[in-house]
Amino acid sequence: MTEHYPVVILMAPLFGALLATLLGRGRQVACWWTALIALGISALFAVGNICAVLASGEGELRYRMGGWHESSGYEVGIELRVDMLAALVVAAVTLVGFVNTIFAKTRVTGEMREKVSFYYALNQLLIVGLCGIVMTNDAFNLYVLIEITSLTSYALIAMGNRRAALSSFNYIIMGTIGASFYLLGVGYLYIKTGTLNIDDIRGVLQSGNLWGHASITIAFILIMLGVWIKMALFPLHGWLPNAYCYAPSAVSSFMAPLMTKVMVYVMLRVMLWLFGSEYVYSSGHVWGELIIWMSIIAIVAGSFLALARTDIKKMLTYLIVAEVGYMVGGAWLVNGAGLAGSMYHIFSDAAMTFCLFLAASIVILRTGDHRLTAFNGLFRRMPLTMIGFTVGALSMIGLPPTCGFFSKWYLISGGIEAGHWAYVAALLFSSLVNAVIFFRIFERAYFGNLKGVADEQFPDDRDSAPPLTLERVPCSMLIPLFLAVMAVLLVGIYNNTLVSWLKAAMPPL
Amino acid sequence: MIEESYLPLLAWMVSLLAVPAILLMRRSPNVREGTTFVAAFVKFALVLAMLPAVMAGGVLRFSFGEILPGIPLEFRVDGLGMLFALVASSLWILTTLYSVGYMRGLKEHDQTRFFACFAVSISATIGVAFAGNLFTLYLFYEMLSLSTYPLVTHHGDKEARSGGRTYLSHLLGTSVAFVLPAMIYCWVKSGGDMSFTDGGFLAGKIGPGDGLIVLLAFTLGFAKSGLMPFHSWLPNAMVAPTPVSALLHAVAVVKVGVFCILRVFTGVFGIDTLKDLDITTAVTYIAGFTVITSSLIALTQDNLKRRLAFSTIGQLAYIILGVSLLSAHGITGSAMHIAMHAFGKITLFFCAGAIFMATGKKYVSQMVGIGRQMPVTMTAFLLGSLSIIGLPPFGGAWSKWYLFLGALDAGQLMIAAILIISSLLNIAYLLPVAVNALFRQPPGGSDDIAAVGIREAPAACVIPLSITAVAGFILFLFPDLVFDLAQLLISNG
Amino acid sequence: MELLAAGFIEDNIVPKFNYWIYVILMMIGLYAMITKNNLIKKLIGMAVFQTAIILFYVSIGVKEESGIPILGHGQHHEIVEEGKPSGEVITKDEFANPLPHVLMLTAIVVGVSTLGLALAISQRIHGSFGTLEEDEILDQLRPGGHD
Repeated sequence: MTEHYPVVILMAPLFGALLATLLGRGRQVACWWTALIALGISALFAVGNICAVLASGEGELRYRMGGWHESSGYEVGIELRVDMLAALVVAAVTLVGFVNTIFAKTRVTGEMREKVSFYYALNQLLIVGLCGIVMTNDAFNLYVLIEITSLTSYALIAMGNRRAALSSFNYIIMGTIGASFYLLGVGYLYIKTGTLNIDDIRGVLQSGNLWGHASITIAFILIMLGVWIKMALFPLHGWLPNAYCYAPSAVSSFMAPLMTKVMVYVMLRVMLWLFGSEYVYSSGHVWGELIIWMSIIAIVAGSFLALARTDIKKMLTYLIVAEVGYMVGGAWLVNGAGLAGSMYHIFSDAAMTFCLFLAASIVILRTGDHRLTAFNGLFRRMPLTMIGFTVGALSMIGLPPTCGFFSKWYLISGGIEAGHWAYVAALLFSSLVNAVIFFRIFERAYFGNLKGVADEQFPDDRDSAPPLTLERVPCSMLIPLFLAVMAVLLVGIYNNTLVSWLKAAMPPL
Repeated sequence: MIEESYLPLLAWMVSLLAVPAILLMRRSPNVREGTTFVAAFVKFALVLAMLPAVMAGGVLRFSFGEILPGIPLEFRVDGLGMLFALVASSLWILTTLYSVGYMRGLKEHDQTRFFACFAVSISATIGVAFAGNLFTLYLFYEMLSLSTYPLVTHHGDKEARSGGRTYLSHLLGTSVAFVLPAMIYCWVKSGGDMSFTDGGFLAGKIGPGDGLIVLLAFTLGFAKSGLMPFHSWLPNAMVAPTPVSALLHAVAVVKVGVFCILRVFTGVFGIDTLKDLDITTAVTYIAGFTVITSSLIALTQDNLKRRLAFSTIGQLAYIILGVSLLSAHGITGSAMHIAMHAFGKITLFFCAGAIFMATGKKYVSQMVGIGRQMPVTMTAFLLGSLSIIGLPPFGGAWSKWYLFLGALDAGQLMIAAILIISSLLNIAYLLPVAVNALFRQPPGGSDDIAAVGIREAPAACVIPLSITAVAGFILFLFPDLVFDLAQLLISNG
Repeated sequence: MELLAAGFIEDNIVPKFNYWIYVILMMIGLYAMITKNNLIKKLIGMAVFQTAIILFYVSIGVKEESGIPILGHGQHHEIVEEGKPSGEVITKDEFANPLPHVLMLTAIVVGVSTLGLALAISQRIHGSFGTLEEDEILDQLRPGGHD
């Protein structure tokens, strides 16, 4: 049974999506249960998958879809390959998906009315796509799965208001360019190697010593460009803030923590497994230094852009742009610490972004205000939500024992080892900017509104608000927030275990 | 002589456990304050229970397990940590008594939040005192910054808000910008070990160039020590209620800063390594500059609490100055000054709060002749001032004596001169307050004072300040405990 | 000069004309996607862009002097048994590589569904803004927008 786990992870939400569509409009609760059970099964098997990978001797599971055997040393069919990194990312995707479905229950009925069943169907398909991206060992299959996630996310984003439709349209244009670049790159690789299996491509590149060839360079650049567009690395980030900001809140709280992170995973996969570290990191290329500088610019620019925003969700989306810079930079430092930091940050950023988006969604829902003014005096009126928000924010700033601190720890130590001080400085700078951003919010939340900011909805009368009352937020929203907070703390406290697993999955540098 | 023990954990946790109780008991203030008292006494008792083992030269250790590769979250109680924990936990008891009188006397709002945050801050302070490695130290350092923020901004008005902003931006900003990279650099350099060992874990692993940068990053990054140029949070934090200023900004917070720097000198680099690298001169000069400048600024301050704040900045710089001399006497003096200054300065802050409660006066110029109305308070203020100045028969005399000896040992006559000049300045800005209050006629003539008669602050405020004032005298007679604990630092290092 | 140009065309463009065409088509598509103001024109650009890639893929399956990759009558009975050909051997040189074509079937499906979705969304945009010109839409958003 163990060897079938990866497929079960994919199949459960796929059938769940079908079922949700069949159930149709009238049966919202049934749709919710379908999604919850399907994703629950998926998450359960994803956790089992981690154990299976741990138990397996070679540290990875391989699964040939449809049982196609290899022929003359090359894979013919589509292969799934789950190493520790993939198993953990899949677990993160399914768990966030599961918890977000709990959160979505009350939220989507308000936001999407008659389209609820479509929401659940699309959301599950999105999760299938993301899990597939993570596990597949086939370069073309990866393209198809990227497009599956993109298509579902375009549709999900467009479920918001009219601005969301426009943002979704821009996302389609950018996303298609990105995916097409990736596809082209794969085409060039196929011309040179005659195979699409990721491991086989690397094997052929190695045995044929094809690295010096111009086609390979072009393929690498095209694939990287495509992946960067999809992960919103700084000058290519234009689609992300609007898309995540105007999307329905149950959609953005799922996509914000995961979409960019999975694409970072794809980047790592392409770098280390498709091309191989000896090609990507070889000193003959100019791009290593260049890309670190791009990531530095991404970090600084993302932080500045976030600082200037007054819209809660938009501010958070620019922080994602900065965090993408963290991970890209860490991956190119060419040392174990940086790479481990980059991989670890996938999880830590997913946890804290999830936490912040959930809290922000609750705040926006309860106050009806999407600007930072919504936070005025909230520590008193919504203490539980604010505690959740605070934990997420502290993690963004990078204070121990939250996971944000530990990812900074690994990334900075990677930067120091590589002697790349500008990258270290950029990380510290972003920490400081985050501190300014979030303490500005804490100040509002703690003291009430600031002078000169008219806010008739909540006058600055701290004593009239009932102290320490449980906010009237449904449990179905508070429990996910609580789980996200736990994730932020647990990913932080168990960083040692997590990083040792990740290091085991890393190919030798 | 390392001994596994749960005592450090318990001592750290007592005040944290009190927090939920304090929050639950918010409806009945007496039970709530009772909880705080019980926690304070239990904490002090637990710290005392560890004393014999530490005095015997042992180290108590408790580990939560490895958090980062090779770095556990652990407590290690040695002489220096013990000294600091004793000071902080004993003064917590007195401060609690004082806070009850102060907060109720002024009918302050949000007292539950006040006492809860206070308890968390004390836990963080003890955590710093017992921290067994740099990472643990940093963790509790940040915890202290955050948990004191609600206390500093307690009043919630515009002034408190801007004070709080300065407070956090200085403390958090420096710790993230300087301490964090320096810490990770140490981790990379030392090959994954960060425990405070007697010889310093960086011994032999760092050169003079990067050593100097790391040392400066730590010294400036632990901005709680109030070293210039990152000192301005301290005067601004005086917007806090007086008990907060008393315990946190004369004892816990600022001493945590100094304590961290002491740990960096002794536990991270090691005195011998620092001697070999010869990089502490810069720190000596920064500290010397701070001593003189802050004393001069204190002279110009009319607000009593701000004057005391600048005095604190100067006194803290003494401690850093002492350790940066790298002589045995200097380090002993520094460690002793942590305790001696704590008792002196908390007396002065208690007095400032008592004056404010009884008369509503905040400014030195208003306090002429006030001694007739508040004889006990102002006498205590005089005693506290004398201890800070370093005159016998008060505790401060010992620490200043050793600091002076340290300067002579190191052959730094200029530093010795700085110490003398600044002591004179101490006299100039502290003594007139007490003398004018006690021995001069109030400006408005004697009639209204006679009409008022003796009107002190509530007993809950006067008793603690009397105790700490007397303690200053007792510490002169019996400095053995403080001295022995300080000596442990030398004998091990 | 003419000779030079002719030589260049002969050496670089004629043998690789499929690549040139795909690059030109792709650039046309990219240009339309980025610069056009009308949303539908953007989508037309997108379709051209995707088609260019399909063309690229299909053209790389070509082999000289090979036929379409369809087995003749009777052949398919004899090919595979446990991977070992029994009887008549299929020589791969006779057939164009079918794999890129198969891949493109999938890519076409993806392209069509992207186009369909984008058209549906532009219909929604038209419904709520009353126009498909990007600048007019942005004008409408400006006063109320908080961007």
